[in-house]
Amino acid sequence: MKVQFSDVSMRFGAMEVLQRITLGAEEGEFLCIVGPSGCGKSTLLNIAGGFLAPGSGSVTIDGERVTAPDRRRIFVFQERGVFPWLTVEGNIGFGLFDVSEDERRARVAQYIELVGLKGFEKSYPRELSGGMKQRVEVARALAVNPDVLFLDEPFGALDSITRLQMRSELLRIWRAERKTVLFVTHDIEESVQLADRVVVMSARPGKIRRVVDIDIPHPRDLSSRRYIELRDLIFGEIGLAHQV
Amino acid sequence: MSRSRLLPLTGIVAALAAWQIGVMLRPASLIPGPIAVAQGISELAVRGLLVKYVVASLFRVTWGYLAALVIAIPLGLMLGMMRIGEMAMNPILQILRPISPLAWIPIAILWFGVGDISAIFLIFLASLLPMTVATMNAMHNIDPVHLAAARNFGIPLRARMRDVLIPAILPQLIVAMRITLGVAWLVVVAAEMIAVNSGLGFLIVDARNAGNRYDLVIAGMVLIGLVGIVLDLLMRRLERLDSVRWGYASE
Repeated sequence: MKVQFSDVSMRFGAMEVLQRITLGAEEGEFLCIVGPSGCGKSTLLNIAGGFLAPGSGSVTIDGERVTAPDRRRIFVFQERGVFPWLTVEGNIGFGLFDVSEDERRARVAQYIELVGLKGFEKSYPRELSGGMKQRVEVARALAVNPDVLFLDEPFGALDSITRLQMRSELLRIWRAERKTVLFVTHDIEESVQLADRVVVMSARPGKIRRVVDIDIPHPRDLSSRRYIELRDLIFGEIGLAHQV
Repeated sequence: MSRSRLLPLTGIVAALAAWQIGVMLRPASLIPGPIAVAQGISELAVRGLLVKYVVASLFRVTWGYLAALVIAIPLGLMLGMMRIGEMAMNPILQILRPISPLAWIPIAILWFGVGDISAIFLIFLASLLPMTVATMNAMHNIDPVHLAAARNFGIPLRARMRDVLIPAILPQLIVAMRITLGVAWLVVVAAEMIAVNSGLGFLIVDARNAGNRYDLVIAGMVLIGLVGIVLDLLMRRLERLDSVRWGYASE
């Protein structure tokens, strides 16, 4: 297993947030974690990223215990993680402090191209839309060539059309780069569109209710029977009747 | 002329007119009107004192203010980064803060005698505390997401300073520098009243002592106001730099 959670529990004071989570993600897998608000899914991701120490249990990546953040695994926040004082170029090159100037320039150009921001190299984040800022952050993460990406509701602040576009962009990039991705969302549709497997968590204290294999090849047809079946299965698992 | 220029101008003209009329209606108030004050200013210009005094005041403010920045900004950065340092220093800063810089005048004279150094020391003191506290607070206001990202990429301390911490606090720092320069300019007048023989503060005291020249007293006040506003406008230009504009609400 690339990323392995072993019996991870966590409490904040008297509040139990995570209860005995055991879960693995394989090399190159796209894993989505869904659950209701406050189920501890972000906490789980922060533990895997090394930003929080688990109350008990452990997370290992390639068999090595995670104790602190590491540049081999990059955490992508919502778009507000970009540095507003740096240009697009400056942001994407931010983590490349240990390579030659030439290589830095080449890598920055490569990832600007990959996320479709050519022509915006010298722009500041305030001149960009939310979706473009999110691209900058993904490019900044990829530029340091990490082997795991953690994404914490990365598209949560975007409008629904941009969100759809960003999902297919992310899939395209993921196919090109084949990183292991752990993606936290509360959007069930999003998880079924993106993931190889969806981990469904219960409300607090967060436990794994079920892990659902999404056995639909990409590109996924969002009106296919299988898509709707899997989506409704997850809705049911979370306890939401799929009606408005 | 556009409204944005016309209205302020109208306000100034109206205030000057009201002042002149008021003085003419009540001569017993003993206050010179704007015309007399304008004559006073031109008299200072002719005697070569106008430029000399403005430069003398600016000279004292520059040294006192710059010395304060050189100490306050690194100190504030350090306190902002080290929780222990801050907890130890904060009570002292808070106690010193409400003490007017003018209360330090006797000590300034005791240490540095009567003269330029005392005046510069007072300006230095007046600028030091607000800048230190503002820098420390700016460090606390850095978005935790940015700190987390910097940690995640594992960049070394020097690069973290240069690329994250300093640029993150710069917008707030510039505002604090502007406000502090205003305070420093306020204090220069009082500082010059103690014991120097040049500068706009000296002009005001001297004009009164040497023959109740109230036209020159008010001329000094007007000049202080004008120089103050020019300093403020110059500092405001810094807020338009590309790498700090994100930090201001209008963006």
